[in-house]
Amino acid sequence: MAPVATDTLVRTLVERAETVRAAWLEAAAAELHGRTTRGELEREQSDILDALLDGLRAGGTTLSDAAFDQLRGILADVSAARARLGFTPRETAIGVFALKEGLYRLTSDDDVAVDVTPLLRLVDDLGLFTFETYAAAREAIISEQAEQLLELSTPVVKLWEGVVAVPLVGTLDSARTQVVMEKLLNTLVDTGSEHAIIDITGVPAVDTQVAQHLLKTVVAARLMGAECTISGIRPQIAQTIVALGIEFGDIRTRATLADALVDALRANGRTASAGVPA
Amino acid sequence: MTAATSETAERLPVRADSDVVKVRQLVRSLAQQARLSLVDQTKLVTAASELARNTLVYGGGGEAEVELVSDGARTGVRAVFSDEGPGIPDLDLALTDGWTSGSGLGLGLSGSRRLVQHFAIDTAPGVGTRVEIATWSR
Ligand SMILES: Nc1ncnc2c1ncn2[C@@H]1O[C@H](COP(=O)(O)OP(=O)(O)OP(=O)(O)O)[C@@H](O)[C@H]1O
Ligand SMILES: [Mg+2]
Repeated sequence: MAPVATDTLVRTLVERAETVRAAWLEAAAAELHGRTTRGELEREQSDILDALLDGLRAGGTTLSDAAFDQLRGILADVSAARARLGFTPRETAIGVFALKEGLYRLTSDDDVAVDVTPLLRLVDDLGLFTFETYAAAREAIISEQAEQLLELSTPVVKLWEGVVAVPLVGTLDSARTQVVMEKLLNTLVDTGSEHAIIDITGVPAVDTQVAQHLLKTVVAARLMGAECTISGIRPQIAQTIVALGIEFGDIRTRATLADALVDALRANGRTASAGVPA
Repeated sequence: MTAATSETAERLPVRADSDVVKVRQLVRSLAQQARLSLVDQTKLVTAASELARNTLVYGGGGEAEVELVSDGARTGVRAVFSDEGPGIPDLDLALTDGWTSGSGLGLGLSGSRRLVQHFAIDTAPGVGTRVEIATWSR
């Protein structure tokens, strides 16, 4: 493949940088009106242009070349920042595609005789790369938020000295059950508690998978020297569990969270009564 | 089964954990529309959850078809889970309480049969598995 930029092209770009940047800025600012400041755009564009020129001077022809390492880094930073700020993919990529306006300006000047076609193609690649990194950043943000939401929606609380509880609410899928159970075990350790109560009043259905997670948690808690109680098994859930054939064995179950708490406190009574308010 | 007129069935893909949740939600909403008792609703939803997960885990993914059915006097919900996976070579064994080829409790299939009023399996090695369940209002 022929080099994208002959020396002439680079020289022209450097000489006419002001013209190119003015048209580029104009086009980008028109699209991003109000979303970002002119100063911000200017700074971004001069970073991109500098890295582009450096890459071209170093003999880079396609965006994946090592010569453009720095340019790709800058583009990735810019699109990740935009993704975080809630820009649309279009608003993110337009800042790069608008560079074409600057290049067109070069060709419309009579005194400049230079073929910018290969550069236009490179700008297309820059734009697509921006799209890609934007999408990846967006995805990362979304899964991060989903995880946070998961954490938030599964509060493990210290009910009393030595007693932690987690009220499970809503549909339990595998990922969520896993998070809850890990969090419960961690809280047991962090608070030095001896009792854990898993309240399933808010759970619409308990299938074999949920049951298995519950059973595993109880076993893990026991290995850590703690006792688990499952509370809030409603009648329809109890009947379903029995029909499915799931056996909770010697796991303690109580009708309500309050019953389970009273129970745990009674068991704690001998050892911890001094620290527990009456 | 009694001849039943069916309204349009809804088809859902079963390709991920999140799909199992969707199947469960759809079955619950139809079970409420069919005015099943809370116990029957919960049993049907739980059976659907088991079968959808089997479709996903053992069938390598497939499809769930859920519909409201009616025979005039009663309404009900029918759900069909189908995959083109390896099939179940020994159905009697698979329907034994506690038998699992994986790491489950081995209660999903046998337990589901006890949770619903109608239960039928069609499976052939190398061809796939189709499980149909239905529960009617009383
Ligand atoms: N759609 C299917 N395709 C192939 N094999 C299946 C399918 N469904 C069930 N099986 C086989 O039947 C066995 C029993 O299924 P069942 O649902 O009862 O238990 P499990 O899924 O292993 O555990 P559990 O459902 O209790 O978590 C499975 O281990 C599997 O070998
Ligand atoms: Mg199963």
